[in-house]
Amino acid sequence: MDMNEIKEIFFQECEEQLAELESGLLKMNDGDRDPETVNAVFRAVHSIKGGAGAFGLDDLVAFAHVFETTLDCVRSNKLEPTQDVLKVMLKSADVLADLTNAARDGGSVDESRSRGLVKELEALANGELPTPSAGVEAPVAKPAPVAATPAPKPTDDSGFQPIPFSFDDFSGEEEVGSDLPTYEITFKPRSDLYSKGNDATLLLRDLSRLGEMSVYCNMDALPGLDELDAEAAYFYWNITLKTDKGEDAIRTVFEFAEWDCDLQITAGEEKVTAPDAEELPMIPVPFDLSILDDGATEAPAEQPKADVAAAVTAAETASNVTQMAAAAARVEKKESAAAAAASAAVAAQNNAAAGAGQTIRVDLDRVDRLINLVGELVINQAMLSQSVIENDTTGTSSINMGLEELQQLTREIQDSVMAIRAQPVKPVFQRMSRIVREIADMTGKTIRLITEGENTEVDKTVIDKLAEPLTHMIRNAVDHGIETPEKRAAAGKNVEGTVRLTAKHRSGRILIELADDGAGINREKVKQKAIANELIPADANLTDEEIDNLIFLPGFSTADKISDISGRGVGMDVVKRSIQALGGRINITSKPGQGSVFTMSLPLTLAVLDGMVVTVAGQTLVVPLTAIVETLQPEAAAIHSFGANHRLISIRNSFCPLVDVGRILNFRATQANPVEGVALLVESEGGGQRALMVDAIQGQRQVVIKSLEANYTHVPGIAAATILGDGRVALILDVDAVVGASRGQALRQEVSLAAVG
Amino acid sequence: MKKKVLTVDDSRTIRNMLLVTLNNAGFETIQAEDGVEGLEVLEESNPDVIVTDINMPRLDGFGFIEGVRRNDKYRAIPILVLTTESDAEKKNRARQAGATGWIVKPFDPAKLIDAIERVTA
Repeated sequence: MDMNEIKEIFFQECEEQLAELESGLLKMNDGDRDPETVNAVFRAVHSIKGGAGAFGLDDLVAFAHVFETTLDCVRSNKLEPTQDVLKVMLKSADVLADLTNAARDGGSVDESRSRGLVKELEALANGELPTPSAGVEAPVAKPAPVAATPAPKPTDDSGFQPIPFSFDDFSGEEEVGSDLPTYEITFKPRSDLYSKGNDATLLLRDLSRLGEMSVYCNMDALPGLDELDAEAAYFYWNITLKTDKGEDAIRTVFEFAEWDCDLQITAGEEKVTAPDAEELPMIPVPFDLSILDDGATEAPAEQPKADVAAAVTAAETASNVTQMAAAAARVEKKESAAAAAASAAVAAQNNAAAGAGQTIRVDLDRVDRLINLVGELVINQAMLSQSVIENDTTGTSSINMGLEELQQLTREIQDSVMAIRAQPVKPVFQRMSRIVREIADMTGKTIRLITEGENTEVDKTVIDKLAEPLTHMIRNAVDHGIETPEKRAAAGKNVEGTVRLTAKHRSGRILIELADDGAGINREKVKQKAIANELIPADANLTDEEIDNLIFLPGFSTADKISDISGRGVGMDVVKRSIQALGGRINITSKPGQGSVFTMSLPLTLAVLDGMVVTVAGQTLVVPLTAIVETLQPEAAAIHSFGANHRLISIRNSFCPLVDVGRILNFRATQANPVEGVALLVESEGGGQRALMVDAIQGQRQVVIKSLEANYTHVPGIAAATILGDGRVALILDVDAVVGASRGQALRQEVSLAAVG
Repeated sequence: MKKKVLTVDDSRTIRNMLLVTLNNAGFETIQAEDGVEGLEVLEESNPDVIVTDINMPRLDGFGFIEGVRRNDKYRAIPILVLTTESDAEKKNRARQAGATGWIVKPFDPAKLIDAIERVTA
């Protein structure tokens, strides 16, 4: 693993933390005051900051730092998380997400926005309550508040910073010692020093690396063995050190220990000769530590090394004593062991509770391979069944029973495997809350987004492709659907608008509903607009429902003024098309004055598809069931010629172009007689209906989608392939492409039906 | 013999950085994701030194250090606290809980290894 991979992990983690952050803030916004929620929010920002620091992402660190400081105020109950406060925080979460994305993809961030928020956050941390206007205010070029975002120094304000030094510098320069400054150090550990895992030996060792050192171990305080408290600190050391590294370097050595020892450092004379042995207090030693004695009495300046070694030995003895004591304590402290066991039991319990939602990360490729294999299995099982049925006329054999069980098992395996790819819609829903916030801010509306069924699961591919149409619909709902606060107040409605986003499972599909309590569709206006745009004839007699659905027509836009928000050249027709490309359907119901509800129904997976198996010029094709509105047997009287080689079919007093699938796909050279075939009425891109002519319908079935591109190459007009029960390969029709081709366009090298597998 | 380091941190990023840094420096590395897991892993892994974060779910660094110090077998093990917290109050709390030393994030690999070597023989 290299740094780039770790960085990749960091950004993945950021995404998770950002989601955590947002959902936590939203919970707090709904009145959740659980300290764990606040902690989780804090930790999310904290983690992002920590990781960002490691990669030198200074902008991210600086913003996260300010954000974290303010969150810390909330965490320590210094700041009440009111709605106004949370508004600032939610916006900060958005900016943090932007900064993260910018750090990953190199984009830039709206600096005035982040600067404005930094100011607001700092004001909050300083105990200034947000002014109501601060929430809506567009942070217009505030004069250079850059200084207000001091990059948090990795350095510690308490001067607790290790100073880098190199050991190489003094490896071969022992003699230089003579004219170096000398320090006299008295190092007297307290027992706390040992109990926190520090070790006098190691401190002396590190000290010796600074320069020429002589050590004298003072054992005055050591009592007799019978009075000895094995855990206490009895020794202290007098050290003479010649070094050019300065006092700071010495203090750095004792960085971790200075709390738990008495440390005196005095700078000696510029040039000191070796300290006389007499200057050091001679002590009677209760143990026979002759080595130490010798080392101390013999001229220390000449044998500094031996001295150090001796001192180290002494220290080691000291630490051995500590270890012996530890052994002894083991026997004495049965109670504390019991206490530890109890706490471990509690910990295990906590763990069990947390274990309920345990997950593993699996490479998506592996899952897809498994899904592919299960697809094969399903096909194989179907083939086996078919051949058994063909060869066994009695129909009662135990093989049939076994086959049925196999079929059931295969189905179950298939469902379970599909479930692995299934993911909750939560991340997409969470993204929507940000969009609502931003547009509400831009339009000056107050809007509350309520999400329900966030944990409803659907195939990952569906989720990925859902974000775009949903974003567009949310924009529309907030921008066009919900009225301005003034209008709402005038209509006697709650000034705060509500957008409700719901997901649920309904008969093997996922149903996503987007409801707003806005003004609803202005049918008169929609109709006028459609007439003005020549989408419908002026005298068209349409039901309310039909009028509502006009908004899905291409190029339809009701907004009088094209706004910055939803007027981006894409209309609801694009939304409808992307939903259809997912094998889904969308429709709208609306009540004037009460709001509109968009309902989307999507397949749970894109790996299987409900299809109608049809025959065209001797070929077997599969038409996605979601595209088909109805099927009918054309009568000769209903067929009308139109131009040189176009034909129309009249269905209930309206004309619909007839499309010969066999011709479009070049299965045959001449047009088939419509009366001999079956017409499939399909709804295509842009909502227009077409009648697709096929020769016969074989039946309906669920098919496993096999990518044609992965196995062969892209074929215009064909979305994918599948293998039928009898082992034959059938092509899945790309309805939109075929309809497009019928309009005279050549079949394009594009697939609109998403194919997986 | 390779020295064994137990790292406790809830951030996957930091865990990976620690792993790479420590493995490159020739340490054997064992990792836990929070204080609770840290205490569980402690017994079986028998580390020579512990590096722990402070802000963690379930059981934070303070609680974890106290837990280690309560364990007779490990109460003298060097524990380095690894965190972005730089205010003196948090540091003192970690000290009181029994931390041996302190490394301020963002750590640079050399600093981390230096600190570990400083508290281990």
